[in-house]
Amino acid sequence: MPNALSTFFILTIDGVSYGMMLFLISVGLTITLGVMRVVNLTHSAFAMIGGFIALWLMQTTGMHFFAALPLSVVATMAISLAMERTLYQWVYKSNPLGQLLMTIGMTFVITALVKNLAGPQIQTITLPPSLIGQLSFGDMSISTYRLFVLGTSVAVAAALWLCLEYTTFGARLRAAVDNPRMARCVGINVALVFSVTFAIGCGLAALGGAVGTQMLPLEPYYGLKYLVLVLIVVAVGGLGSLKGSLYSALLLGFIDTMGRYYIPALGGFIIYLAVLAILLVRPRGLVGRAG
Amino acid sequence: MNTQSNRNLVVGAFRRQRYNLADVALVAAAILTLIFGEYYLALAAMVVIMAIFALSLDLAQGYGGVESLGHAAFFGVGAYAAALYALHVSSEPISGLLVGAIAAGLAGLLSGFAVLRTQGLTQLMLTLAVASLLYELANVAKSVTNGDDGLTGYDVDPVLGLFQFDIFGFTGFVYACVVLLLVYALLKKLVNASIGQTAQGIRENQTRMRMLGVPVERRLWLLYTISAAIAGIAGALSAQINRIVGLDSLAFTLSANVLVMLALGGPGRLYGAIFGAILFVLLSDRAAAIDPTNWLAVLGVVLILIVRYAPDGLAGLVSRTVGKRSAK
Repeated sequence: MPNALSTFFILTIDGVSYGMMLFLISVGLTITLGVMRVVNLTHSAFAMIGGFIALWLMQTTGMHFFAALPLSVVATMAISLAMERTLYQWVYKSNPLGQLLMTIGMTFVITALVKNLAGPQIQTITLPPSLIGQLSFGDMSISTYRLFVLGTSVAVAAALWLCLEYTTFGARLRAAVDNPRMARCVGINVALVFSVTFAIGCGLAALGGAVGTQMLPLEPYYGLKYLVLVLIVVAVGGLGSLKGSLYSALLLGFIDTMGRYYIPALGGFIIYLAVLAILLVRPRGLVGRAG
Repeated sequence: MNTQSNRNLVVGAFRRQRYNLADVALVAAAILTLIFGEYYLALAAMVVIMAIFALSLDLAQGYGGVESLGHAAFFGVGAYAAALYALHVSSEPISGLLVGAIAAGLAGLLSGFAVLRTQGLTQLMLTLAVASLLYELANVAKSVTNGDDGLTGYDVDPVLGLFQFDIFGFTGFVYACVVLLLVYALLKKLVNASIGQTAQGIRENQTRMRMLGVPVERRLWLLYTISAAIAGIAGALSAQINRIVGLDSLAFTLSANVLVMLALGGPGRLYGAIFGAILFVLLSDRAAAIDPTNWLAVLGVVLILIVRYAPDGLAGLVSRTVGKRSAK
């Protein structure tokens, strides 16, 4: 018999795993928006690309889920790198409004391409048997899949943090962010650092998109449908702050899950109410920087 | 002699209000539609409604520099307000328009408080958050808005008690055109008056305008509220002419579409918004009938090319090429 407390605990796990998946999908946008100053409305489309590549690999080659995941991440990174080196070079020169329109244009093109290639239906990736079922802890049972999402995201977040704090690349990126001109002067190839960062961000989105299909199912309009969600995670976190993105993704995932369970009548409304309240109190987000 | 002075009078008035050839072409287009486009009047009314909506965004964005990724919020509020008014209070259309304008204006006034405190990216996110909030609110408050099904089954009385809405959409089109004309004239006055001029100054350099003693925040707030009210009028018109209001009137897609219209036409010059709306609605109607999926791809490519090669929109492109030619 699940009592109120264990229900709350299970919801917390659900909320946190949902939040961590949101973090994966949106963390790349935090970098492009806050660091490279590009309004990249195509970002959530990269999550969709990752999901569809994983799905395609599993369906056509019969590849295992755990093999398809890293492959789809690498493929998405390659695609995003190609786009960064060509289309985004135009975007950089434009103003925010131009960037917004151009990247929404890219989303339209990707949406149409995916619809032509994969069909208009909503799809989810079939989970391998090892991820189906529940793990029991005393009188509580928690979905294995949720724990997997949680574990993957925490591992990725930790790796990201370690990479930023303790590697040369991380130091270069931080330098390029804080003062691009100075970074260039000391011999850092800022454009290259940004390109690589952009590709990594898109790769993470792809991972989130592929892992999270049980929560955000795949469809051609994915890139537009969940764009708002991804944007508000970044805005609430504070543009350019990785830590902020983590906090806001967790908070919003938690609020959304709790809200939908305890106040079902309000459904998806609660999360937006929370967003507005947070942004009213802290217009620059939870961990906002000046400027 | 007499005709000459009459002519000067007309030309003088024309110049004073800064009307130009583009405005004449638009009026001519409306009249031609009425004469030759009898089978397309419903579509033409849609064009006019979207033109009003794009104008409202042009006021906020093209003139005031307030970036909005959620302008559908005001269109939707106006539409729902007008439909609810027609359902529960009165089916008189003109007062319905006013109700739509006031409701949307209030929404602009309130959300402007939050939105205008920020700039750039945060501002975009806030406008998006406001629109998403209203969308979810309309989705959740099913007892008032009917949720997914939308509001239908309300009557709209003849305009001014004289002109009954007909199945061909004749009255609807003329009604929308008259409203567009009034809105356009109002905006023309507004952007050439001191508020419009200072707004452009604020767009270019906020700090400088503040130094000059312009109450920047209050000016922008007023501008944003007016813009919201006009978007509300467009929404109310849509509710009255189409006899249905659904969640799509608050959707992100609509916000994105109106941005595209303005970008197509060219922001900051009023008629650009109208041209953009005409082009966008007509093209997407045709293309959606033929192949909606590939139309989306074409639209995307067009957007990318516009930003790359014609950042001021088509109006900017035209005036640049015309300017080049006359300079030669």
